[in-house]
Amino acid sequence: MRFARTPHVARKERAEAAAKTVFALMAAAMVVPLVLIVGYLVYVAWPSLGWNFITDVPRRGMTDGGIWPAFVGTLYLVGISLLVSAPIGILAAVYLNEYAKDNWFNRVVHLAVINLAGVPSIVHALFGLGAFVYAARLGYSILSASLTLAIMTLPVIIASTREALASVPMAFREACWNVGATRWQTIRAVVLPNSISGILTGVILQVSRAAGETAPVMFTGAVFFKSVERGELFPYGLHEQCMALSMHLYTLATQVPNVKESLPYATAVVLLGSVLLVNAAAIAVRVFIRGRKKW
Amino acid sequence: MTAFIKEIEVEGLRLAYDAKEVLHGITFDVYRNEILAVIGPAQSGKTSMLRCLNRTTDFTASATVSGQVRVAGEDVRRTKDVFALRRKIGMVAPLPTGLPLTIYDNVAFAPRCSGLTRRADLDPIVERCLRQAALWDEVKDRLGNLGTALSGGQQQRLTIARALSHQPEILCLDEFSIAIDPVTTMRIEDVLKELRREITILLVTNLTQQARRLSDRTMFLWDGDIVEIDDTEVIFSGSPKSQRTRDYVSGVFG
Amino acid sequence: MSPERAPDSAPVSRPQRPRWAIVGERAIEGLIRLSGVSAILFVAAIFFFVLREAAPVLVRDEFSLGQFLFSTEWYPTSASNVRYGTLALTVGTLSVTALAMALAVPFGLGAAIYLSEFCAPRVRETLKVVIELLSAIPSVVWGFVGLTVMSKLIVNLTGAPVGVNVLNGGIILALMSVPVIVSIGEDSLKAVPDSYREAGIALGATRWQLVYRVLLPAARNGLLAAVLLGVGRAAGETMAVLMATGHAVHIPGGILDSVRTLTANIAAELGEAPAGSDHYRVLFLTGTLLFLITFAVNLTADFVVRGIRRK
Repeated sequence: MRFARTPHVARKERAEAAAKTVFALMAAAMVVPLVLIVGYLVYVAWPSLGWNFITDVPRRGMTDGGIWPAFVGTLYLVGISLLVSAPIGILAAVYLNEYAKDNWFNRVVHLAVINLAGVPSIVHALFGLGAFVYAARLGYSILSASLTLAIMTLPVIIASTREALASVPMAFREACWNVGATRWQTIRAVVLPNSISGILTGVILQVSRAAGETAPVMFTGAVFFKSVERGELFPYGLHEQCMALSMHLYTLATQVPNVKESLPYATAVVLLGSVLLVNAAAIAVRVFIRGRKKW
Repeated sequence: MTAFIKEIEVEGLRLAYDAKEVLHGITFDVYRNEILAVIGPAQSGKTSMLRCLNRTTDFTASATVSGQVRVAGEDVRRTKDVFALRRKIGMVAPLPTGLPLTIYDNVAFAPRCSGLTRRADLDPIVERCLRQAALWDEVKDRLGNLGTALSGGQQQRLTIARALSHQPEILCLDEFSIAIDPVTTMRIEDVLKELRREITILLVTNLTQQARRLSDRTMFLWDGDIVEIDDTEVIFSGSPKSQRTRDYVSGVFG
Repeated sequence: MSPERAPDSAPVSRPQRPRWAIVGERAIEGLIRLSGVSAILFVAAIFFFVLREAAPVLVRDEFSLGQFLFSTEWYPTSASNVRYGTLALTVGTLSVTALAMALAVPFGLGAAIYLSEFCAPRVRETLKVVIELLSAIPSVVWGFVGLTVMSKLIVNLTGAPVGVNVLNGGIILALMSVPVIVSIGEDSLKAVPDSYREAGIALGATRWQLVYRVLLPAARNGLLAAVLLGVGRAAGETMAVLMATGHAVHIPGGILDSVRTLTANIAAELGEAPAGSDHYRVLFLTGTLLFLITFAVNLTADFVVRGIRRK
């Protein structure tokens, strides 16, 4: 017996196909502009792009040359902020997931983490200014800027670490407790080693976020221009100010007259490319370790 | 039983999760080197009772415990070192759980937590416990494999080996056979018959025939109360003291 | 023979942990607890230090909180008549955010529905990666795009005198907020139990009917939370709007007018305001206001999400 395709059914099928197309187009509406925009940026940036662009210093009042001081400055800022936020973030997540009881205090902590994640970047900049530059007397410096970035990236490291820890089944912890292991022994032997991929992913993602932020560093330690040797690897002291890739883009786009047209576009491409590369690395880590699951 | 020494004494044990009381003040003793079976329908409090013995109720925020529990002479609630207490008791859970470590590390885990680090110290312990759990012959050539890669029956025996690795005085098994095949169940029952010469065994089971096969005494726990506790022959004889016991044992309910 | 008690001391000798291991473990656990509590400390610290810089201006005679919140006249550097009215800036934020949401919510939810219900698994994985990469684009790059590409486009297509305006900022913010809406929206739809879908199909519903009549109502809370978080992201955005919406501090007449948002205003003027001056402190006060607004939005979103979990 075959089911005949009545006009009613045909109408339903048409409506379904139409709905599917509409939603697919909506999804495409996100992807297509992205591709077009990136394509256009690369197109205009093309004359300036090259390895030389990254290693050379800005010349002729920043209307020409390369971006080296900004590039290495961003590496400084990101590296130091990670050194601070990763340990604190991971340990905080361990506390929240493994030690904290479900009482009012810990609910407040949980809320605090969520709210920390939603603070606008300019408010982080104000905080960095008030707390690190002035109150802690660190002045305008790489240290102030890095610490501001660290506070900014902290909540996401906490959240992704918590997720990784929570994915380890409770049965393993109970089996360890039953043989007389302490909480820390359980965490060290079973929970942490099996959460590494999630933790790593979260940390890498925050690297990319820290590299892209402008406002928090603009008012705490990043500057318009700093004289640096071409290709110099350690040009900055921690108490000094530095250039940053994100701020450099803003500067070239808004503060420098007569800049060669491809220069800001090339800066944007380098920044965008670096960030996307780091994110792709995080995704690769996640996929790779997911394939090696131990249970 | 070689001597009437009390290994576990429980008096007036009450356990509640938030407002709901799960154990209503139970009192019983377990003698050294006996196998005590604990039978009863689901949700009777059997697992909760075991958790009170090794204080893993500490990990459940909503649990409140009162009453007296003495294990190997030690007051469980007032002990100075709860981890040492837990090492006096071996616990086997219903679901076979191999830790995501190598087989060797699974069994060496507890000794390492106690401070032993040298291979020379750990090797004999690992071999002894795996042999006692009737698993040595199957895994002796692949101790470096992951514990979670073993079959269910093997993981349950691995759990027993792990439980023995800290030389407990008491071994508690919580419905150990529900997730494994009958052949492995028989092998583990043989293991228990061997072990009872050295340690005391508390066997929670929903298989009344298993209780009948293995235990010296049987305790019937129903809805948080002890209905009857007596020699196994009496419980299964057809004329236990309580009608409810007779009904449960003969399959009328439960 | 009467039963005896088991002897108190264990007849078995068990190894003991070395003292340094026990002390070391206590130290680590102390560090862990400290880190956990630190999250609260940092949120409180942000509020405290921003308010601290702002506070002195609140007690000055010339300053009026009412004027600050409700006046549209923002003339902080005037020599004769200094006025700190943020209403125009607030309207700037609202207008750009509203336009962004008007664009992002339908497209975002549509994409979420596509990903969750209509999409083949292969395509879904690729799209999810694309969305993740989209959300990773730094805001200054978006601002740059608004300043250059989008601005030219708008001038060419609409004949507006300047390309940096509400429309520009709205489109850029929409592109920035869409990933948040899509990913949380998709999670909420996926969280609806399959039994709902099976029941609907058994009654003869097409997938579109399923979405419209069963899934959207069921996932209502999660979708609402997704939108709220998108709003939070858009309203808090700084660099992108700074570069894309222009410099005019006034209430916009239409979407082709330039505006300035609360966030962009702080970024634009903070560098010029001398430390400790009234202008400087008012900018910090604006920051406090922003903190409170986003705090409220995030709190609401969290309550909405918790409402789902309780069910």
